[in-house]
Amino acid sequence: MFKILSKISLNSRTSRMTLSAPSIANSAKAGQFVVIRVDSFGERIPLTIADYNKNEGTIDIIYQKVGFTTSKLDMKSKGEYISDVVGPLGKPSQLMGYKNAIIVAGGTGCAIVFPQAKQLHENNCTVSTICGFQRKEFIILEKEICDISDFTRIVTDDGSNGNKGLVTDALLSRLEDKTQQYDLVITVGPLPMMKAVCAITKNFSIKTIVSMNPIMIDGTGMCGGCRVSVNGKTKFACVDGPDFDGHKINFDEIILKDKNYSYLYPNKREKNCKLLRGCSE
Amino acid sequence: MPENKRINLSKTDTPMPVADPKDRINTFDEVEIGYTDALAKQEALRCLDCKHKPCVSGCPVGIDIPSFIKCIVNDDIDKANDILSKSSALPAVCGRVCPQEKQCQAKCVRGKNGDPVAIGKLERYAADNCTDKKIQIPKNNGCKIAVIGSGPSGITCARELAIMGYKVTIYEALHSPGGVMTYGIPEFRLPRDILDKEIHNLSELGVSIQTNVVIGKTFSIDELMSKMEYKAVYISTGAGTPKFMEIPGETLPGVYSANEFLTRINLMHAYSSKYDTPIMQPKRTVVIGGGNVAMDAARCAVRLNSDVTVVYRRSEEDMPARKEEILHAKEEGVKFQFLSQPIRIHDKNGKISCVECNKMKYTTSTASSVKKLSKAGDETFFIETDCVIIAIGSCVNSIIKENSTGVDFDASGKIIANAETMQTSKPGVYAGGDAVTGSATVILAMEAGKKAAMNIHKDLMEKGEVFV
Repeated sequence: MFKILSKISLNSRTSRMTLSAPSIANSAKAGQFVVIRVDSFGERIPLTIADYNKNEGTIDIIYQKVGFTTSKLDMKSKGEYISDVVGPLGKPSQLMGYKNAIIVAGGTGCAIVFPQAKQLHENNCTVSTICGFQRKEFIILEKEICDISDFTRIVTDDGSNGNKGLVTDALLSRLEDKTQQYDLVITVGPLPMMKAVCAITKNFSIKTIVSMNPIMIDGTGMCGGCRVSVNGKTKFACVDGPDFDGHKINFDEIILKDKNYSYLYPNKREKNCKLLRGCSE
Repeated sequence: MPENKRINLSKTDTPMPVADPKDRINTFDEVEIGYTDALAKQEALRCLDCKHKPCVSGCPVGIDIPSFIKCIVNDDIDKANDILSKSSALPAVCGRVCPQEKQCQAKCVRGKNGDPVAIGKLERYAADNCTDKKIQIPKNNGCKIAVIGSGPSGITCARELAIMGYKVTIYEALHSPGGVMTYGIPEFRLPRDILDKEIHNLSELGVSIQTNVVIGKTFSIDELMSKMEYKAVYISTGAGTPKFMEIPGETLPGVYSANEFLTRINLMHAYSSKYDTPIMQPKRTVVIGGGNVAMDAARCAVRLNSDVTVVYRRSEEDMPARKEEILHAKEEGVKFQFLSQPIRIHDKNGKISCVECNKMKYTTSTASSVKKLSKAGDETFFIETDCVIIAIGSCVNSIIKENSTGVDFDASGKIIANAETMQTSKPGVYAGGDAVTGSATVILAMEAGKKAAMNIHKDLMEKGEVFV
């Protein structure tokens, strides 16, 4: 059992939890994730370790209420327990030796990319961060990101924060400024966004890391549910990733699988879920 | 001799009562119901109690088979179970899932003229029907051992060491112990309460089972041996990584590894509305493979109301699955397509439509006893389906390999361990079961666990870490 030490609402659909998990905190590195099971009837879902504190023995998770299990997780309050947390899983991000990086994140992807951005900053790499959200009210981690970034641009789909636009446009204008030489792009967010970002950076021949977060069960290479094609070879996001070379990954396959989630898992639970109906989109 | 008169001379063995296929396909309850006292005795009386006990040599853990069977004849089921427990940590499990027809029963003298004695069914009977005994808690010798993985090999090793007085901790990556017996073997073949009882017995012996710990990730083997002060480590992490065919269409939604499909159902109870686990409800399912895992997946899919076809590249007689499992699958309506090799999974708008296969034939090869296969003509054929489950085997998980120093692995990723001592290249670290052999059986994994326990004890005594 893993105790919830704090729970903060980041916006109407996204929350941040601090969990007591000393062994995981002690081994965690940027880019790794945990698999959680809310209670003994729960399914297992992967969540990125958004932050960790070895001294306090804690890890942070940030989740958006998108489905049944994240909504069930959100029913838990400070002082309560989560039945299972296992990790840290996946390979840590390789972030040494870069000088000038751009982070491109969309929505909850900001939570996934934050530890990597922070690690780059600590490695004395210049960090430019471009984040996109649907609306102003969904912006998360703004202060944290600004603190570790040398340049930050936050755009919204509807312009409600005063910066209407797409992350891809912001990225493009950054890359076209020839006074800067970038050696790394990390992108995390909705699949079509990551695909578009990788198409752009390929033209500029800049190494691009994507962090994949597909459906998985165990997170240890046992189910194969998280398989992705990288350079035509089958890889498991849980043990070979979650970071992959964005120019080698087959996004179309993953997008197709993602689209068919409801066909694969036609359980009535999502439709009947009262928790979800309360969740605004 | 009055005793001889009592021998049951029937050439056929006593059939096990089974649930009606019409009923059982609607539940995950156990298919084989088990011998009654009378049936068990009837079958036990077929044993000739041979002096040279050929059956024992066929048992990987060397159970004294004629003796336990004699106890059943004498109505002393508790003693029968004691004899079983002396050699096996999991008699109720082995009675159900061991390939007895290739082991003990293959050596049975009765099998030379008729059916061999149904040793497995009798083992199960004794284990299921004995009275629960209070387990004597052994005196702790103060020496800590870590076991990685709570499958049959890890359980056996932990039990043997605990009985000798060691303080054993098993680390399990999943949220529930049991390894393949929990996530792989379905409940209609191995009911969960049978396994829970075995695991409970382990706890009674003082073994601690820590779930949600991935060695190599949460802790390293070096941490276990230094900071955490374990005097020896036994790696029994199994062969849990599914193989794929690398054919076009394999990444389509609706293509499962047997591991994922079975784990959703067995470990995470996707078939029960009480649990949150989602699972696809396909009208038609194609299972690729011919082993026990393929049979388990096919029979699980039947229970999700799917119309199931097993596609196997060889013929029925070459199927590695147990005859009994194939029979049960057939009774439950599973169809078989033999000598067929899938080459592509087709889709319509991203949803699986059919599996395209080559027809295969055997090419007689005089030089080799292995029957070689080749394509029988250029024509292919199609099997319409909504879901594909790939059950073509599994290989050893790479987490330990990628996160440990000093332990040697072979080219295919299996741990290299001495076949007799289970010692790896790293001092104090032993390994056994599927992680060393590649996927095999429950009983062989148990044999390795037992050998490792004996050698860990021997080595620690020699080093002066423990005293008897």
